[in-house]
Amino acid sequence: MIPMLLYAQDEVGHVSDELIEEIARRVGVTPLQVNEVLTYYSMLHRKPLGKYHVQICTNISCLLWDADKLWEQACHKLGIGHKEATGDGQISLEEVECIGACSWAPAVQVNYDFHHFVTSEKLDQLLDGLRKKQ
Amino acid sequence: MPDSVKLTIDGHEVQAAPGTLVIDAAKQAGIEIPAFCYYEGLTLQAACRMCLVEVEKMPKLQAACTLPVAEGMIVRTETSQVATARKYTLEFLLTNHPLDCPVCDKGGECELQDMVFRYGAGESRFTEIKIHTPEKQYSPVVYFDAPRCILCFRCVRICNEGMGVGALGVINRGAVSEIAPNVGDHLECDECGACVDICPVGALTSGAYRYQTRPWEMTHVGTICTHCADGCKTTLGTRNDRILRGNNRDHSGINGEFLCVKGRYAYDFYDHPDRLQAPLVRVNRKLEETSWAQALETVAKKFNETLAGGGSFGVIGSNHTTNEENFYLQKFAREVLGTNHIDHHRTGDVVTLLDALSGQQDKLATVADLYQRKAILVVGADLAIEHPLLSYQIRANYRHHQARIYVVTPGPVREDNYAAASVRGHEYESLREKLKVEPELVILFDDSVKGDGVRKLVDFGESLGIPVKYICLVDYSNSRGAVDMGLTPELLPGYHPAGQPGMHAQEMLAADLNVLWVVGSNPLKAGASRKAGFLLVQDMFLTETAQQADVVLPAACAYEKIGTVTNVTGEVQRLKRGVNTMGAKPDLEIMGFIAREMGVAAKLGPWAPEIVFEEIRKTVRGYQIPLPVIATGGAAQTMPVNGRIPVEVPSGLVRSDHNGLFDSGTLGRYSKVLNSVIESRLSR
Repeated sequence: MIPMLLYAQDEVGHVSDELIEEIARRVGVTPLQVNEVLTYYSMLHRKPLGKYHVQICTNISCLLWDADKLWEQACHKLGIGHKEATGDGQISLEEVECIGACSWAPAVQVNYDFHHFVTSEKLDQLLDGLRKKQ
Repeated sequence: MPDSVKLTIDGHEVQAAPGTLVIDAAKQAGIEIPAFCYYEGLTLQAACRMCLVEVEKMPKLQAACTLPVAEGMIVRTETSQVATARKYTLEFLLTNHPLDCPVCDKGGECELQDMVFRYGAGESRFTEIKIHTPEKQYSPVVYFDAPRCILCFRCVRICNEGMGVGALGVINRGAVSEIAPNVGDHLECDECGACVDICPVGALTSGAYRYQTRPWEMTHVGTICTHCADGCKTTLGTRNDRILRGNNRDHSGINGEFLCVKGRYAYDFYDHPDRLQAPLVRVNRKLEETSWAQALETVAKKFNETLAGGGSFGVIGSNHTTNEENFYLQKFAREVLGTNHIDHHRTGDVVTLLDALSGQQDKLATVADLYQRKAILVVGADLAIEHPLLSYQIRANYRHHQARIYVVTPGPVREDNYAAASVRGHEYESLREKLKVEPELVILFDDSVKGDGVRKLVDFGESLGIPVKYICLVDYSNSRGAVDMGLTPELLPGYHPAGQPGMHAQEMLAADLNVLWVVGSNPLKAGASRKAGFLLVQDMFLTETAQQADVVLPAACAYEKIGTVTNVTGEVQRLKRGVNTMGAKPDLEIMGFIAREMGVAAKLGPWAPEIVFEEIRKTVRGYQIPLPVIATGGAAQTMPVNGRIPVEVPSGLVRSDHNGLFDSGTLGRYSKVLNSVIESRLSR
């Protein structure tokens, strides 16, 4: 069920009510049981995200490299908060727990791509790039 | 594998079967290990950490609810280490649990409260502000108060496993986990309220009971549900002649803790505003309230005049009244009114089944058999909807004993989910080869099998070469008792032939009788006009039949009287009086008063339920049941008739109402709960 949810989310952008119904039908469980699983995992989203989902790690290793400041910078720059998307649906933000990139802290993940040793300037450039990117 | 394992719990040597859990082994030895998430009969959860015990040679405390016994195991359940661990567990459970016990419905019977009193967690090291979320209404009968929830998941499991519904789940994670309903913000389910009863704290509360009373202020009256024929024990919580709740938390009765929406909530017809509380007599074409004395005099006068003039009487009895009332009514009809025109609405062909089984012993299954027998065949009925207790027993049998379930029904049913074979339609012959290899079988059938169909089914069962027991499904709380007590024109109590048979209910309605006497029944429901010269009705409400009556006498309901009822499996149980409703009288008393007013009371004998039941025990075939069993709240199965029933009973008269979970014949119309749950609107 979990891979099915992830693949479906990649296709649709979020896990919609219709998706829940369909996955329940295919797996042979109730929609409530699908909901139980999907609300447990933070990487499955019920609300539409941006085209580019920017995930900023603020766990211990990244925090030691001022990831909290990166987070505030991104929020300020985009004018959105945790699990929110920009008005045009281009970018969404999420403050995440450890993404397993401690060796290259501070780290940021955009969709499935990692960005290592992120600085204030690199984050600026990254976000500017995403705003224009198709 | 050895037959049993020896272990020591708190210094007592205990023997238990291999695979037994330590918590169960301790319970067998009379040692209580506290637990919230563990619940007998449900799958294991090991979520609450309350049942931690010390086991010698194991480095850490162990959860007794998931630890199987082992040879030579030494368990200690009440050491200072265990007490400390439980105290910390409680402190943890209380981190976000509001201390609103004084206003909580559960206060006084709350498992968490009890444990805190026992182990003491009066102080908390947490100083953070508790997360409060407003309570939510999931249905008219189920409310959820998230902060009180300790996440034991009992409700989720009873709904999934016990009911086979799966309407509750747990969403989110960690501290923000919460119990969620199956359809958006509300429940669409059986509305049975099992989740409310099983909740160890006050997280799930009952729409009917919430904020009504404190548990210790109620009187708890164990009586029998008056709706369907399954005969569940429901314990009414009463105060000041009001019923405040129904449940069966003491697991007494044939149903254990099981109750459906009717047993748990649908007692609420008793104080419906339309309830009759004074006799009505027709004056100038209108029914007007009058005194009991006046009404009884009118009835007795009419009865005596008709008798003296050689007029004709017809009597229609009820599927809800007690055995005593039914027995007394038929005695009244046959011995005083001198008529065999007596009948009731027959909802299953019990007579043909008993006749087909004549000469055989031990052929009628009990409710317990459905949980114990290795194979079950259901013919016709949608059990989960029409006979929820029987369905529950079969489901539990499948879960606990892997019973094999065979289903032959016209449409899909809940049993399909775990059936060894499901056949659509009415043909069970195709299951012969599969059933032949079963060690034993119980066959249940509804009104789609009657007359020769019953004989054919019994022949089929007996030709399998295995022990087979039968259940003939009937509709109402005393449908079985009504036919046992001879409320039929062709049979006396105990299935003795009545000599010259009288008219059936439909014939009586169509005939020009001088007097028609209807007790607790609504034969003119469909809107036909009465033909009889005089119509006397005893009922709780002004039904379609009562509206056409000359005299209406307000009757007490099952929760307002004592007596016995016989359920679908022929098990006799006692009703206890829970409340008194002003103005209404038990039907037995009403009949006795009519007899006294007529001057024939001596002929009929006393109308005290105990005395009438003694007469039933002495005279009615099959009712020689042990009195202590039913006097102590148990169920005693009536013995089979065990002889041919030498009369022809027209099977065309057998017709089930096929009441769903939210219907209960005429009575169901007056239940607020049955009409307010969303499913009752969806299903109509």
